[in-house]
Amino acid sequence: MPVVCSCCAQARAMLKRPKTGHSLCRECFFWAFEEEVHETIVSASLFTRGETVAIGASGGKDSTVLAHVLKVLNDRHHYGLKLLLLSVDEGITGYRDDSLETVRRNQRQYELPLKIVSYEELYGWTMDAIVKQVGLKNNCTFCGVFRRQALDRGAMMLKVDKICTGHNADDIAETVLMNVLRGDIARLRRCTAICTSGEGEGAVPRCKPLKYAYEKEIVLYAYFKRLDYFSTECIYSPNAYRGHARAFLKDLEAVRPSAIMDVIHSGENLSVREGVRMPVQGTCNRCGYISSQALCKSCMLLEGLNRGLPRLGIGKHHRLHGKILAQQPLTLDEERKLKAVDF
Amino acid sequence: MGALGFMSYFLVSFSRGGAELLFAGVRNHQVTLPSQSQPWTMKQLLVWIRANLLKERPELFLQGDTVRPGILVLINDADWELMGELSYLLQDQDNVVFISTLHGG
Repeated sequence: MPVVCSCCAQARAMLKRPKTGHSLCRECFFWAFEEEVHETIVSASLFTRGETVAIGASGGKDSTVLAHVLKVLNDRHHYGLKLLLLSVDEGITGYRDDSLETVRRNQRQYELPLKIVSYEELYGWTMDAIVKQVGLKNNCTFCGVFRRQALDRGAMMLKVDKICTGHNADDIAETVLMNVLRGDIARLRRCTAICTSGEGEGAVPRCKPLKYAYEKEIVLYAYFKRLDYFSTECIYSPNAYRGHARAFLKDLEAVRPSAIMDVIHSGENLSVREGVRMPVQGTCNRCGYISSQALCKSCMLLEGLNRGLPRLGIGKHHRLHGKILAQQPLTLDEERKLKAVDF
Repeated sequence: MGALGFMSYFLVSFSRGGAELLFAGVRNHQVTLPSQSQPWTMKQLLVWIRANLLKERPELFLQGDTVRPGILVLINDADWELMGELSYLLQDQDNVVFISTLHGG
């Protein structure tokens, strides 16, 4: 008993959109998906005519769909943007090298220039080497922090005006849940912003055009359009905290698909009670990158790696920032706590 | 109506997405199900897959009676939510695809 598309009422419906509950045929789905991204871009004024925009490309489903849709919309609606692909090589054998092959294919398929920056060249450490020192519990902290900065550095090398990433609605809802679970009020306020302000030295504004696109729809879009993407889980990620938020969110979605949008909506509309202490945005004393502490997270983590103190940067060490900046030696007790590693 | 003596066969595939790793990396399976008096339902197919095709970590593919949330099911390229999900009655030469969404983008 085939269902007819609720949009064109002609073709057979091929999927049921979780976002709206509508049953759509392939062509109407493509159109709806693309035009919703267009609506997101226009209503948030994400781009200005003539800008050069770097698309953070990992070869995965989100960034591949992002690159494809941006190219389509740039042509269809005459955004006048210069698009290019920016990739980060974290140095994860068997995962990243394979997905970078996919990005190279994307470069040829979409005819966009590509730049790859690596942790090795930027920091002197690959993720493989970091995991050997740090273990499998906190390694994602390093990777996330380093990757953010790597994207900015790559963007500055390319002199782009903006970066955009493929974060989808599920990702943002997961982040909201994670920040609630961790009681991180500062991040909770910032994490639903569709665009970062890009103030401070070394920070390029970055935005998320797929913010309201459901992950399921991204996968179906890529499947029906036969887009080439790479898909396995990062080998170092099984213990990441996000996994818990993701499992919970997926169960919520199964009960009520609008839950994803609802969580984002709640995150967007949070207001903080007066008198709650919030971190103040400044710059890192060492590298000038945006930071709310004397030393930015990236510098802290690198310092820890280079000195064989893997727990430096995991948890709060405000008191130690001053010592490290002044290059004073740490006490034996301080060092012992920073060395302890949970494998 | 129960078919006498004919075996229905289906193509079950696991689209790139990581799901195939649970099935010894084999993406496409031509499956022949033993005939029975009632047509096979998707629910029964899942049970059969678990018993015959799934090589490891069943909890990454199945949750209770159905697939784990985050795994999409397409029957002849259409969303199974349009076809009745678990209660869909399989027909000869149907093509079932499982796509995992649970990986980085």
